[in-house]
Amino acid sequence: MTPQADTRTMLHIDWTRCDGRGSCMELLPEVLRPDPWGYPLAREGGSDVPIPAHLEPAAADAVGLCPVLALALRSS
Amino acid sequence: MSEALWAFGRGTGVVALVLMTITVVLGILTRSGRPAFGLPRFAVTLVHRNSALIGTVFIVLHVVSLLFDPYAQLNVLDFFVPFIGAYHPVWLGLGTVAMDLLIAIVVTSLLRRWIGQRTFRIVHWASYALWPIALFHSIGTGTDAGAPLFILLAIVCSAAVVGSVAWRLTTGFQQRGRATPDRRIDPSRIPVDTNVKEIR
Amino acid sequence: MTMLEAPELRDDVVVTPPSGVLRLLGGCDLSHRAHRERYGDLPAAGRAEEVIAELERSGLAGRGGAAFPTWRKLASAAESGQPGVVIANGSEGEPLSSKDAFLLRHAPHLVIDGLLFVAATLGAAEAHLVTTAPQLPTVQRAVSERQDAGAVRLRETEDRFISGEASAVVNAIERNRAIPRDHVVRLTVSGLRRRPTLVLNVETLAHIAMIVRFGSGWFRSEGTRNDPGTRLLTVVGPAGPVVVEAAGGTSLRDALQAGGVDPSTVRALLVGGYHGAWVPGNALDTPLSPEGLARFGAAPGAGILMVLRRGECGLARTADITRYLASQSAGQCGPCANGLPNLSELMSRIAGRNHDRSLPQRVREVTGLVTGRGACHHPDGTARMVVSALDVFENDVHAHALGLCQETAS
Repeated sequence: MTPQADTRTMLHIDWTRCDGRGSCMELLPEVLRPDPWGYPLAREGGSDVPIPAHLEPAAADAVGLCPVLALALRSS
Repeated sequence: MSEALWAFGRGTGVVALVLMTITVVLGILTRSGRPAFGLPRFAVTLVHRNSALIGTVFIVLHVVSLLFDPYAQLNVLDFFVPFIGAYHPVWLGLGTVAMDLLIAIVVTSLLRRWIGQRTFRIVHWASYALWPIALFHSIGTGTDAGAPLFILLAIVCSAAVVGSVAWRLTTGFQQRGRATPDRRIDPSRIPVDTNVKEIR
Repeated sequence: MTMLEAPELRDDVVVTPPSGVLRLLGGCDLSHRAHRERYGDLPAAGRAEEVIAELERSGLAGRGGAAFPTWRKLASAAESGQPGVVIANGSEGEPLSSKDAFLLRHAPHLVIDGLLFVAATLGAAEAHLVTTAPQLPTVQRAVSERQDAGAVRLRETEDRFISGEASAVVNAIERNRAIPRDHVVRLTVSGLRRRPTLVLNVETLAHIAMIVRFGSGWFRSEGTRNDPGTRLLTVVGPAGPVVVEAAGGTSLRDALQAGGVDPSTVRALLVGGYHGAWVPGNALDTPLSPEGLARFGAAPGAGILMVLRRGECGLARTADITRYLASQSAGQCGPCANGLPNLSELMSRIAGRNHDRSLPQRVREVTGLVTGRGACHHPDGTARMVVSALDVFENDVHAHALGLCQETAS
């Protein structure tokens, strides 16, 4: 059994900045899809979205390309 | 040699003008949050940034080549202080102003994460000034200003920018905006008149 | 921050710890001198570890709504080692709540004592008290009356629902706008001007002021093991709001009676405030404690008990409340700014006896979309209240879809 990693990479959404511009949902379609109002919705909802290791580069792109700096990557 | 430098200087200037036109149009499209020209939204942002950076490279080439061209009579001070140049000081000065603005915009964009969104955005607004200043500089200073091809190019670029800005000002510009909450008063809010009781 | 010494009381003044449930409300409208005669002088600041340990033994939890263990908040603030900020939160954004206003108007010295003690113990650089306009004059007078409260800075905040949220309080001081911030790190790590910031409800501070005088054992002499001490409640019945002090574990029935409400007239109770949950009228023997209320998805919260009388329609009332809550969104966050008006509209249709049977399911979907997707818990609390209404008034939901209302018998 592979041991669970203790630290996970989380994508934090700052809702006070998010304007539903949509770049993140294009770059991380496996993780984010638009809610009925165009804002990024994670599979389990929330403001801190776990990012699997193979999607970390795409997540970093999403963070850099968000026009309003609403995203950040954190490790928890 | 001087003629070659002059030609190179003009050529890079024209290319830079076209790249900056593309940059402005894609910048407005980025702001709209819409895909465009077959590109998804993130690609619109990416191409916007790349054309700005490539355009900046061409500006550097433009300016450096003219620095070494005796015909242009440029010295390094002219790069930063406008309207003191020897050759067509006013039109040249516009170019200086444009370059100064460009430096500010590019630097703040590259350092966006550190300086914060607000400062970045405020400086970025200067792009709306940068583009027309660059255009007038090219019309006034450039020796190709009378050439039909250049005139055509200037018209096409102007149309693209003016059209995009006009669109920017329309109400349906952004695909979706924030809902504005409808603030109403709670009718059950009664002025407080309190009693004190004990219970066990 | 230094505290000036108040003149010593005479040696023959004997202070006995208050007995009974009326602790915070036992001495009202006291001058500072009378306050010190009744409760004794405010003890000198203690060592942070000892104070935190005493608060842990007392089991005191926050009285502002979130009920976070107070000792843990202080421990978190003390961790940084830097001089931080302590803020007494008297914003009381809940329109139904009057307890904080009452406390500030009639027993401000307890609150100021708690604020000064915590600030001194943590070595804080700043101490603020934030409240709305009606309470300011009394608090100002109380602060001026004392010789040890010169460092306390008073701040007026907006009288809006979310202005009581902790980061909104910090923003009221720092940016003059009482709207929440994105929570990247806890306020106790980085808050007001990036300093470690401890925001405590004014009632919590009043309890601290008493615990540091009379001890955790005394605090636990009322209430239950898991819900120790007393709490202030606002009972909102047909006659208006009444502020009551009750021991932990008191039944809803007893709390209502103390508030002048006849329990037999109660169809349902909204417990905890507009972000709380509905409890049906046949469950009034439930203790007003976190465990007792947990099965209804409710908690004591900000101590509000809002009565829905027999003959009143719970769905209509819920729709009104939802409309109000939607209007109180700061509008910063997309899911909340869009989702709450959507919820309001759906609930209004249900309340208006719309025949569409899919409405309750759509409401639940929207509540799922707004929960956890905002800078603060305004959408979460609204969602909780709405879902509890659909559960508790389930029969009405069915009746309404048929164009009937069981409760109003029409």
